[in-house]
Amino acid sequence: MPERDMIRIASGQGFWGDDLDAPVRQVEGGPIDYLVMDYLAEVTMSIMQKQRARDPEAGYARDFIPLMERIFPACVEGGVRVVTNAGGVNPEGCAEALLDAGRRAGVAGRARVGRVEGDDILERLDALLEEGHELRNMETEEPLESIRDRVQSANVYIGAAPIVEALGQGADVIVTGRSTDTALTYAPMMHEFGWADDDLDRIAAGVVAGHINECGAQSTGGNCLIDWWTLPDMARVGFPIVEARPDGTFTVTKHPGTGGRVDRGTVAEQILYEMGDPTTYITPDVIADFTSIELEEEAPDRVGVRGIRGRPRTDFLKVSIAYADGWKATGTLTYAWPDAAAKARAAGKILRERLDRLGLAFDAVRTELVGWDSTHGPLVGEPPADLPEVQLRVGVRGRDRSAVERFTREIAPLVLTGPPSVTGFAGGRPRVQEIMAYWPALIRREAVEPHLRVHVEEV
Amino acid sequence: MARVPLVHLAHARSGDKGDTANVGVIAYDPAHFDLLKRQLTPAAVKAHFGSMVQGEVERFELPNLHALNFLLHGALDGGGTVSLMNDAQGKVFSTAILRMEVEVPDDVAAAVSKRGRVPDGWSVEDYGRGHA
Repeated sequence: MPERDMIRIASGQGFWGDDLDAPVRQVEGGPIDYLVMDYLAEVTMSIMQKQRARDPEAGYARDFIPLMERIFPACVEGGVRVVTNAGGVNPEGCAEALLDAGRRAGVAGRARVGRVEGDDILERLDALLEEGHELRNMETEEPLESIRDRVQSANVYIGAAPIVEALGQGADVIVTGRSTDTALTYAPMMHEFGWADDDLDRIAAGVVAGHINECGAQSTGGNCLIDWWTLPDMARVGFPIVEARPDGTFTVTKHPGTGGRVDRGTVAEQILYEMGDPTTYITPDVIADFTSIELEEEAPDRVGVRGIRGRPRTDFLKVSIAYADGWKATGTLTYAWPDAAAKARAAGKILRERLDRLGLAFDAVRTELVGWDSTHGPLVGEPPADLPEVQLRVGVRGRDRSAVERFTREIAPLVLTGPPSVTGFAGGRPRVQEIMAYWPALIRREAVEPHLRVHVEEV
Repeated sequence: MARVPLVHLAHARSGDKGDTANVGVIAYDPAHFDLLKRQLTPAAVKAHFGSMVQGEVERFELPNLHALNFLLHGALDGGGTVSLMNDAQGKVFSTAILRMEVEVPDDVAAAVSKRGRVPDGWSVEDYGRGHA
């Protein structure tokens, strides 16, 4: 296959629960070569692990299947390849469902489905600990032993290699587990342009492109603060498309006729999203230096990106571990003028006294006034007496589920037993949620990489 | 010299990593980047947030984007699904930092006094048409 001088990599989902029509708009709205969809966040894997515990066929982003059934024929006819981490904790189950969806969509014999496995180390956890991998918490330095019995999921962030391999084997749709969000975008570049593992600057450029793609419309005007009121037609916002070139430069754009905007401001905001040390953006394949990025507005809705530098990858991969860490619940009531905030605070005080009298112990109780201080906290000072209304929001968390359950029964009584002019309890009792805490750790590459597997199968 | 809220000089985006909120602050006008760098020190940002940030404030510079990135450690009540905060993922620390006041020459204060806010007379009827 001759090397192409440009490929278009379109972002279709920024998280599990994003705009379901966005991938359809990307496939139908103009020419693209790849559609990449990121479904996984830190807590998603533990939710999926729970779903699989109840149903062995579950544990992946289920809405990916009806979506593919809808766009599969257009993707096959237009030569659009799909790369996604929708596989969650069950890439095999996801791939099986996808093969069925492909047959229903009429692409049998015309497409191949690839899946990447081996990032899930939950089953191997005890063996790894025995071999001396301590999996200490990167923030607290505690060894995993201290919470081992409460671990719900353990997945390693993996890089581009298995995706590149699946593309090389001719897969048209690739589902992975915990591939890094950015790898979904730069793996197609490595495949198409034949970049070597030590093409550090170009792979780092791919990482930046992936970071710009990974949150969907957050780089094309969504959640953008800069002159937000001037953004056109956000009801049909265009998701980002990266036009990548073999030399590692690329252009960020979106389909013509879609809403939103691509300019220096919208792209710069997304570059800073969830940023740590910008000189050291660590991925499984390269360390990218985000202070080397050069942005240039080439034309309306076209931002050119160049200049990016990379350094060699580390010997470690990051592990995302989720563990059960107690229970929480949050209840709300709405208080009206006059003296809305005073009433809400008085109600909060009554509630705390009642919880104390019941002898309920919590690790934390938090009271916020929605409409006053629940976003900017003490920075906003004291509320005015003429605030028209405010919502009291009280949350508790603790290890004792029954105490949290009991808390959920103490909100409604305040309507008849507390301060006046209160409403807003139509939603019923608050729901008790299990807390899934996050345990980031590092593991040596060689403990994981030999276990990565690629399977490619025809629909 | 005059004191103006940062909202007139910069836009921002925030996000989370565990119990740490990150806030990226981008100067609207590259010419103002140096004064933001001088005044938005880690100590000044830490003092601004007060009890909202339990840990340290770290700062990183991105001169290429005329931007500063702040890490606010211990700002999210444990973060993720542990946190009881309405803003558990630190999404609106972005505008919380824009409440900070910075000192600028009088002519700059006059020039930026409307920047960053919905213009007078704007109505939601205008929204989506693509002009100010």
